Amino acid sequence: MTHDVILFLAAFLACAVEMVEALTIVLAVGVTRGWRSAIIGSAAALVTLAAVVVVFGPALTKLPIGDLRLVIGAVLLVFGLQWLRKAILRASGFKALHDEDAIFAEEQRAAQAVSPAASGLDWYSFTVSFKGVFLEGLEVAFIVVVFGSAQHNISLAALGAVAAAVVVLTVGLVVHRPLSRVPENTMKFGVGVMLTTFGTFWATEGAGVQWPGNDASLVGLLAYVLATSVVLASVLRRRHERLVRAGAVA
Amino acid sequence: MRYIVGFGRFWYDFIVGDDWRVAVGVVAGIIAVYFAAHHGANLWWLLPLAVPVLLGVSVVRAARPRPE
Repeated sequence: MTHDVILFLAAFLACAVEMVEALTIVLAVGVTRGWRSAIIGSAAALVTLAAVVVVFGPALTKLPIGDLRLVIGAVLLVFGLQWLRKAILRASGFKALHDEDAIFAEEQRAAQAVSPAASGLDWYSFTVSFKGVFLEGLEVAFIVVVFGSAQHNISLAALGAVAAAVVVLTVGLVVHRPLSRVPENTMKFGVGVMLTTFGTFWATEGAGVQWPGNDASLVGLLAYVLATSVVLASVLRRRHERLVRAGAVA
Repeated sequence: MRYIVGFGRFWYDFIVGDDWRVAVGVVAGIIAVYFAAHHGANLWWLLPLAVPVLLGVSVVRAARPRPE
């Protein structure tokens, strides 16, 4: 049960943050150059991502669960620590925060600089939208396949991603501007913590080790990874403030 | 050949990212846990201990002020 809740939450949060970023790109292109090609490009990317999940997900679940968890745990731990590293650097001020308004303005400038399509499909809009949705969505597809197969529950992970996509798209359609108020950086921090927790749990289990308290230890591990990440971010934030006062960084 | 290199680089950037030392540390930790487990030792605490160490070293390195 705990596994399922965290699995759903991780897929939901990861998809939500990536969808917010993809939405900014598609909105900028759609508002500037028209919606038809931007929507076709986005839809083509979503179909491609769904195909990735459908092809690789069931294939992975056929592998023995122990070996699968060892490999997936290792990949997930490396991938999760990468997310967490970026999130901690952002939270402490050493890396710029994601600014959807700035990205939207930049994408609009780029879209205006290209001459408009004469007729038919606007390939600029199609390509930028496809690339934006596909590249942002690839991390989600990866998380859905990896998480879902290690838990033997691809459909729950996919459901989390689809739920997030529906929420973000609905809000995006209503407000018709980039979702700059979404606490994107905090959500990324949360996803990094979950990926790292599951990676640690599965890699250890897959290596043939028994966790004290078995599955119940997952909650303790989640709290531990969260606490150590918050402490690291807080120590680095103080260090950043000292460096700013000393004029060593901007 | 160019496409194979590009494909490999994409997945490297995608999974490993900016600091390869973290990935090496994770793999070394998992190998240690695996071999210990197959010799009767239950090192369940090793990876949880490695996480803040690897993360801490990596972010502190990234946060060092660069010379102008």
